[in-house]
Amino acid sequence: MTAHSIFRETLRRLARNPLAMAGGAVILFFFVLALFPSVFSGHDPNRIDILKILASPSESHPLGTDDLGRDVLARMVHGARISLSVGFVAESIAIGIGLVIGLLAGYYGGRVDSVLMRFVDIMLCFPTFFLILAVIAFIGPSIWNIMFIIGVTGWMGVARLVRAETLSLKERDFISAARAQGAGTGRIMFRHILPNTLAPILVAATLGVAGAILVESGLSFLGIGVQPPTPSWGNILTAGKDNIEFAWWLSLYPGLAIFLTVLGYNLLGEGIRDAVDPRLKGR
Amino acid sequence: MYRYIVRRVLISVPLLIGISLITFGVINMAPGGPIGISSDLNPKATAEYRERLKAYYGLDRPIYVRYGQWLGRMAVLDFGDSFSPDGRKVWDKIRERIPVTLSINLLSMATIFLIAVPIGIYSAVRKGSLFDRIATVTVFTGFAVPTFWLALLLMILFGVHLGWLPISGLVSLEHDSLPLAGRVADRAKHLVLPIFLAGFGGLAGISRYMRSNMLEVIRQDYVATARAKGLPERKVVFRHAMRNALLPVITILGLSVPDLLGGSVIFETIFAIPGMGQLFYQGVMSRDYPLIMGILTIGAFLTLLGNILADVGYALADPRINTGRTG
Amino acid sequence: MTERLLDVRSLRVAFETEQGTVRALFGVSFSVAPGETVGLVGESGCGKTVTALSILRLLPSPPSKVEGGEILLRGENLLPLPEKRMCDVRGKAISMIFQEPMSSLNPVLTVGEQVAEVFTAHGVCGKREAAERAVAWLRKVRMPDASLRAREYPHQMSGGMRQRAMIAMALALSPSLVIADEPTTALDVTIQAQIMALLQEMREQERMAVLLITHDLGVVHDFADRTAIMYLGRIVEIAPTRDLFADPIHPYTQGLLASLPGKQPGMKRLPSIPGTVPDLSAVPPGCPFADRCPFRQAAFARFRSGEAPADSLEICDREDPPLFEYAPGHLAACHYQRAARGEAR
Repeated sequence: MTAHSIFRETLRRLARNPLAMAGGAVILFFFVLALFPSVFSGHDPNRIDILKILASPSESHPLGTDDLGRDVLARMVHGARISLSVGFVAESIAIGIGLVIGLLAGYYGGRVDSVLMRFVDIMLCFPTFFLILAVIAFIGPSIWNIMFIIGVTGWMGVARLVRAETLSLKERDFISAARAQGAGTGRIMFRHILPNTLAPILVAATLGVAGAILVESGLSFLGIGVQPPTPSWGNILTAGKDNIEFAWWLSLYPGLAIFLTVLGYNLLGEGIRDAVDPRLKGR
Repeated sequence: MYRYIVRRVLISVPLLIGISLITFGVINMAPGGPIGISSDLNPKATAEYRERLKAYYGLDRPIYVRYGQWLGRMAVLDFGDSFSPDGRKVWDKIRERIPVTLSINLLSMATIFLIAVPIGIYSAVRKGSLFDRIATVTVFTGFAVPTFWLALLLMILFGVHLGWLPISGLVSLEHDSLPLAGRVADRAKHLVLPIFLAGFGGLAGISRYMRSNMLEVIRQDYVATARAKGLPERKVVFRHAMRNALLPVITILGLSVPDLLGGSVIFETIFAIPGMGQLFYQGVMSRDYPLIMGILTIGAFLTLLGNILADVGYALADPRINTGRTG
Repeated sequence: MTERLLDVRSLRVAFETEQGTVRALFGVSFSVAPGETVGLVGESGCGKTVTALSILRLLPSPPSKVEGGEILLRGENLLPLPEKRMCDVRGKAISMIFQEPMSSLNPVLTVGEQVAEVFTAHGVCGKREAAERAVAWLRKVRMPDASLRAREYPHQMSGGMRQRAMIAMALALSPSLVIADEPTTALDVTIQAQIMALLQEMREQERMAVLLITHDLGVVHDFADRTAIMYLGRIVEIAPTRDLFADPIHPYTQGLLASLPGKQPGMKRLPSIPGTVPDLSAVPPGCPFADRCPFRQAAFARFRSGEAPADSLEICDREDPPLFEYAPGHLAACHYQRAARGEAR
């Protein structure tokens, strides 16, 4: 089978997996929200209305208002953009770092490998959330800092994955063949090894985005992530916690959005895994 | 066995050094070094603090000397003085918080174990049954639910609407006036939600892991042998299959220490529990750098300890690992 | 035939897979008399092990399904028995020795515990006595330093020792039938002979019957009273071992014997017969061996070349041949032989 037809076969299997498709549909829905926020809510997410503080859901405010009288639906659709892009960018950084370290370790082996892998072990010793909080305390919370920190504390799994794939690929015939034809190290790494590690990386990336969104919302919830007045699903929930006894809608809806997005990414990721390697199904 | 443990601890020494290097790096990565950042961003860092810090970090010396000195202090758990108004020693502040966090985490680990393992076993043995399918869906949901959101929902349900459970602190105000049984019940009530939530993520993960382990073990030849002997299914599952499927779970429990510790920041903050996580959160909010670095180091150390304990536990449980004991 | 200990009658087993139903056994019938050793021979995938596991009802269900037939133990059908009664049969009336001594023992229990378990599982005696009896049995199967070895784990033993432990386990309750599924395949050649000798000795001592499953014709020749040849989920020939070797009737048996270099035991693989085993999920009608059968091929060639006016063995493509008795106790399933010499009798 050619690479092309393997890809098509994988897509076909993925398309026949209803759960994965449902997950994809959820993600697509939130992406549309994030791209066209004003279509879904006419309110200004930052307009404070003292007369309508903590108003319960009504026709003019379908999801109610928060402790400053701002429309929750408007904040949520604008928050979608923040939450989704943090997840995406943070995981891209993690994949980038993990890919380079994993490729180097797997390809060169020996001392390079053991030094890099010890580094991974050491990074894994830090409770990730502790490390993230500590770094934020130093460099301060901003959207870009959050993306950066989640990325640089979340690449270890990818590095191990890529290293393992590289190690097994390195021994295969087509790599020796490429080398015999005079392909240089860089060419072998990026042209021959990298494309063959893409499938597992795609699975890890999909699940990783879900994880990054969870971390971001947790940070924002604690008030150490995306800072108000910029809306994010996590920091809307903070208001929910402070008004837990009066305004359930402030706690329910943003959390539901996080939950559905993460679930969507997880289902899609598992679906891709099954489609890439059907033998693992049901495990 | 003794020698195995010693060997295992020795292997961890390079990791400890690496941990210290990274921690030291985080302190020094801030522009202007540890003093610059604390004076710029932290209004509490007065001139006096700056002097104290300068002495603590020995900033006039070359970096490797500073690292050496800092390492020496870490070794005796001297993390310096907190920036908070009380100005107490960081280690003293951490020390009094560790028992709360550790006991909640250990209790939730026990809960995870006692609930997730049977669920995993039953799902595997009855693969494809209604129970298995419900468990699978629940696990998937569990992976995606933000713990803090679930905490809010449960607080609203049990705390606000039903009024069954308290939603903050470790004890009630009237705790000290209660009889012993009342005090125990009071504390238990306060702990139900935190323990459940601390373990929630692990619950989903471990039950899934146990299920796939069981599915793997159940098709091994020795399980067929056990059946061929005429053992009832119950014994085949619990005596022959379960023991083998449980072995890797020990490792996973050890590896879950960093996640549990990280999670404690969130649930201790939500439930106002005076543990290490809450202290860390307060430290981050007030930019109490000595405290932050102290807890970061302790957290990494506890993780390493968890890994070592898991390895030793595994070695004890699996006869195939040669620990130097006689057959 | 005299008294029957085990009587398998037209056993049909299938597996439900994602690609549909795959049949594994197409009506297998044979019997084992008390104290008798019956060899079951065939290539891998022919259904030997499925037959063995079906007798003890150890096939996981789903995906497996018994579609028909009976398995009678002293006249009682095992198939409808409740699971609890079946547990009494396993290990006590019928026991089994598996192929892989490396993976057939539980790695986290000592060998002694695993042998002792047979006694406690069937409520024969208490734990302490079971442990003593286990050591006694290990000694009986000539495990060196039995009392010490009983406290060791499988990974501390050699393959031969583990197989001795398996045999001790299988014989512990003196069952009337032992199913030995390729008991020596995974062992070194020298150990193979020792283990077979031990089995033989134990069989005589305990007066038990053995269903010896193997792909090694040499082993069958030396140890089996009667031999059944399996092909593609069917028994194609069954006869007293001596008769089978002296006068093989089925072309498949003939092929197997013809390419046997001498008759030394320990031969690892069956000789090659041209053609390949057809896919079990899409078995065409007719004789399963037709594609590889020299008689069938020759008849077809004669017809094609115009040498013969009609395809004399056209029936082979239409009908699955039934077993036919050619001599007392010597049955084979072949249209050609039926026509060629069946009528003589």
